[in-house]
Amino acid sequence: MSIVSRDRKVQVMNNTGEPIPSESANAAPGQKPEVALHLDNLSAWYGDFQALHSITLDIPKNQVTAFIGPSGCGKSTLLRWFNRMNDTIFSARATGTLRMGDQDLLSSRTDVVDLRRRVGIVFQKPNPFPKSIFENVAFGPRLHMKLNRSELNDLVEWALRKASVWQEVKDRLHSPAVGLSGGQQQRLCIARAIAVGPEMLLMDEPCSALDPASTLAIENLMDELRSQYTIVIVTHNMQQAARSSDRTLFFFEGRLIEAGDTELIFTKPTQKQTEDYVRGRFG
Amino acid sequence: MSDSASNDTLTSQESPSPAERATLVGGRRRMSTDRWFQRLCIATAAASVMVLVFLLASILVEGIPALTSTLVLGTPEPNPDEAGMWPAITGTLWVCSLCALISLPLGIGTAVLLEEFKPRSKFALRAYQLIQLNISNLAGVPSVVYGILGLTAFVSMFSLFDQVREPGAAAYEIGATYYDQFSNLASDPFLSMGSEEVAERYFFVPVNARTDAPTIPKPGMQALEYVDNVLVPVEVTVTDPFDAPAEPEALSYAIDINAVPGRISEKNWYYFRLPFGRGVLAGALTLMLVILPVVIISAQEALRAVPSSLRDGALGIGATPWQVVWNVTLPASIPGIMTGSILAMSRAIGETAPILIIAGIVYIRNSPHHLMDSYTVMPLQIYNWTSRPQEEFHQIAAGGIILLLAILMTFNAVAVLIRHRMHKQQV
Repeated sequence: MSIVSRDRKVQVMNNTGEPIPSESANAAPGQKPEVALHLDNLSAWYGDFQALHSITLDIPKNQVTAFIGPSGCGKSTLLRWFNRMNDTIFSARATGTLRMGDQDLLSSRTDVVDLRRRVGIVFQKPNPFPKSIFENVAFGPRLHMKLNRSELNDLVEWALRKASVWQEVKDRLHSPAVGLSGGQQQRLCIARAIAVGPEMLLMDEPCSALDPASTLAIENLMDELRSQYTIVIVTHNMQQAARSSDRTLFFFEGRLIEAGDTELIFTKPTQKQTEDYVRGRFG
Repeated sequence: MSDSASNDTLTSQESPSPAERATLVGGRRRMSTDRWFQRLCIATAAASVMVLVFLLASILVEGIPALTSTLVLGTPEPNPDEAGMWPAITGTLWVCSLCALISLPLGIGTAVLLEEFKPRSKFALRAYQLIQLNISNLAGVPSVVYGILGLTAFVSMFSLFDQVREPGAAAYEIGATYYDQFSNLASDPFLSMGSEEVAERYFFVPVNARTDAPTIPKPGMQALEYVDNVLVPVEVTVTDPFDAPAEPEALSYAIDINAVPGRISEKNWYYFRLPFGRGVLAGALTLMLVILPVVIISAQEALRAVPSSLRDGALGIGATPWQVVWNVTLPASIPGIMTGSILAMSRAIGETAPILIIAGIVYIRNSPHHLMDSYTVMPLQIYNWTSRPQEEFHQIAAGGIILLLAILMTFNAVAVLIRHRMHKQQV
């Protein structure tokens, strides 16, 4: 089975979450793609409310994985467990396995600060700090790295170029970041996340507050970034998932209903609920 | 709903809906109510402004003639023409800056704890709620109550240190040097030899250099002498005052070998003792009690106003909670914190009741020189003058009020300036 979407060959899973071997653009033909994150039987709660029910899946490396599903289906909750952002929520807890390489991410001994450096996150609403554009990007490196002035300048420029916002901001690096347009702010936030050298980028509905042109810019950016970063995107926008992801996972009421190649999910979903959702019949 | 049978036909075309059937309120009446309400608001706003204008005008008319350099730089005197409030002005500056130095870090720190470090355990959550409840209640306590509390807790420290200390034992203090004061006698026959005029000189011998009274001063001992109001070390050359002096100018004498020399102390600005007594520090701490709840609550409001997306953003690139607070939350909330702190400090400057209890109405003629020095503040001095029968004192009191307002506004202007600067830097 080899469905090619936009010249990319992707790994496909069947609906029980068992990976089906397939070729990957980044792995040698015939090899399984590397796994960035491995989830086994992951359940999550907010107080007494169970938000996630026994999620088992692998997030492949250097691919774009999209989480889709109606509001409240747990996709953002799952995403926020990947870098333990849920720690900030008083009642949130999780059981099961969440592994990144050999590291158990749910362990209380996990260095959360380093984890968040390695797994960057971009939020729904652009949230630049009320500082200059330069300071926004330099914020993370200053926390994690020992850099001299010129190294920092180089790093900031590199991150801004990587987030394809350099051309627009290079002449006003020291003006306030909040003066940028929404789309530029969001790309600045991506640059901010990239600047600390992550392996993985989590995007929680990164385009829902943006106009179509900015959305397109972010989607093109994700396309460029996928060669270096593992990207997980939560989105409500079905077209976006179809356009920009290699794999799509459909969640409903805290359960993973179907996971597979994006092309398959949108053309031949095996589950009724998935079909209803992607056809726009509910949600 | 007059007709129960038509319940299902509310949406039908024939019968009008309840909204359509209702009589509408006349537009003109509504407009006039609106106008009258607006006029009422203007009247209430004008009333408070008028009172303020009237007060300011009467103070200015009465006080401007009294605004002289004597009033600013002079000391309180029984004669109103010579009376000034320099000790009160410096006292206010000492007490209020000390109060700000103590209460702002304490208040902001408490607010940061309550807002940024929410506890996970149920027990800790209860404790937080208790603290919060306490702070809200403390904000409403009359300041005179804090005065009494300050008197017990800071001035006398529950008399703890009075009872423990043995007579003659060292006091609980640092930053003070004691001297025994000796004097030669200008009329001393040994010194006024011949026609040579020898002025009276005072010598100060550090107490801890002293062994026993009759041997003072002795050769090689370091003594201090006042020359033009400055203490200068001099070498003591002769022990026995009744010995014939070899060099009359370098001599020092006890007035009387059996006399107990006058013991005086020199205190550094950081002089510290327990209990605090009626000093600047006790006053500042008491004012801290008064304004701390206001500082905490306003700082909490300011921190709460920082969007949590900023915290998430910082946490998301691996900032520790401390780094989030220091680099993101505090800078973003500083303008709000400053506003609350300005209000709190304005209250501290004008506060009279607790200071009245702590410091008492005492005749203070010197500016405070150290943390434990006695002091008076401007509102207290003004109160003191207004309570006198002479009309002249009332005038200089009005002048004092103008000075107080001027200092208050300077404080506020500086704070607003800082706030504006910080706001500009961020945005």
